[in-house]
Amino acid sequence: MSTPEQVIVVGHEPPTATGLDNTKLAMWGFLGSECLFFGSLISTYLLYRNRVCAGCGPRPHQIYNIPYTSVSSFVLLMSSLTMVLALAAAQKRDDRGMRIWLLATALLGMIFVGGQIFEFTDFYHRGLSLSTSTFGSAFFVLTGFHGAHVTVGILMLLSLVAMSFLGRLGPDQARKVELIGLYWHFVDIVWIVIFTVVYLIPSK
Amino acid sequence: MKQPVYEDYEAHDSPGHPEPRQYVTIAIILAVITAIEVTVYYITAVKDLLIPMLLIMSVVKFLLVVLWFMHLRFDSHVFRRFFLIGVVLALVVFSVVLVTLLTRAPLPAG
Repeated sequence: MSTPEQVIVVGHEPPTATGLDNTKLAMWGFLGSECLFFGSLISTYLLYRNRVCAGCGPRPHQIYNIPYTSVSSFVLLMSSLTMVLALAAAQKRDDRGMRIWLLATALLGMIFVGGQIFEFTDFYHRGLSLSTSTFGSAFFVLTGFHGAHVTVGILMLLSLVAMSFLGRLGPDQARKVELIGLYWHFVDIVWIVIFTVVYLIPSK
Repeated sequence: MKQPVYEDYEAHDSPGHPEPRQYVTIAIILAVITAIEVTVYYITAVKDLLIPMLLIMSVVKFLLVVLWFMHLRFDSHVFRRFFLIGVVLALVVFSVVLVTLLTRAPLPAG
């Protein structure tokens, strides 16, 4: 009688009660809680977007630059593509391809954050700050928190690249790339909502 | 004794993930929808339908990213439920705000 083959899955976690990867489950739980976080901020923005008293700074439609923000949105959407291409390369154990796509994702993220810093500076010079009006507060808190999330994502991507160069990603590198990728795509879907609700839907 | 067979993590944990070509197709669709969003924003003829159109396109983009790029279409339904709980709670908060806007006295300007 032949003995059954022993299958060892490289980088796989020991069997769990759910049969699922615990770190991935934790990431989805975290992203679920982040939905609530950004949902609250977007709702607050909607509540205050039209509450600008006379002489309290510009209103949303007077200050938004839609073509500029559209380009930023396009850049962030394309960063999601480079992220999944990095994952595909990691799954094929193509280290070089993975690093290139991860760096491309980080670069696109930096372009987005740079664009956001430029936008914030422009708005400030045109009279909108965090304390100008409740609209200004709600806008800067919402988009600022999103920008902070993108920045954290960039740092994680660059850490992945550094770990890959140092040979510290280990055999389960695809799983690590997938986890960071989930976070990155989440940041992208939040911006999809912000772009529509904050920028495109007209205010009074 | 037989030697253990080493398999990739992905072969076990991520069955049926799309190929890079499919990812590129999804990205092109996302870019086209974004272009349509910006275009309809400037078309005054569709002013009355602007908000529903924008919301529908936003939902389609959201679903494309979540289902394909985040692989929720191919992964375990447990992940889907975890995420769905957060989305539903966010929508509840959103609904409460809308009800507040429609039923309460207007907030003071500031």
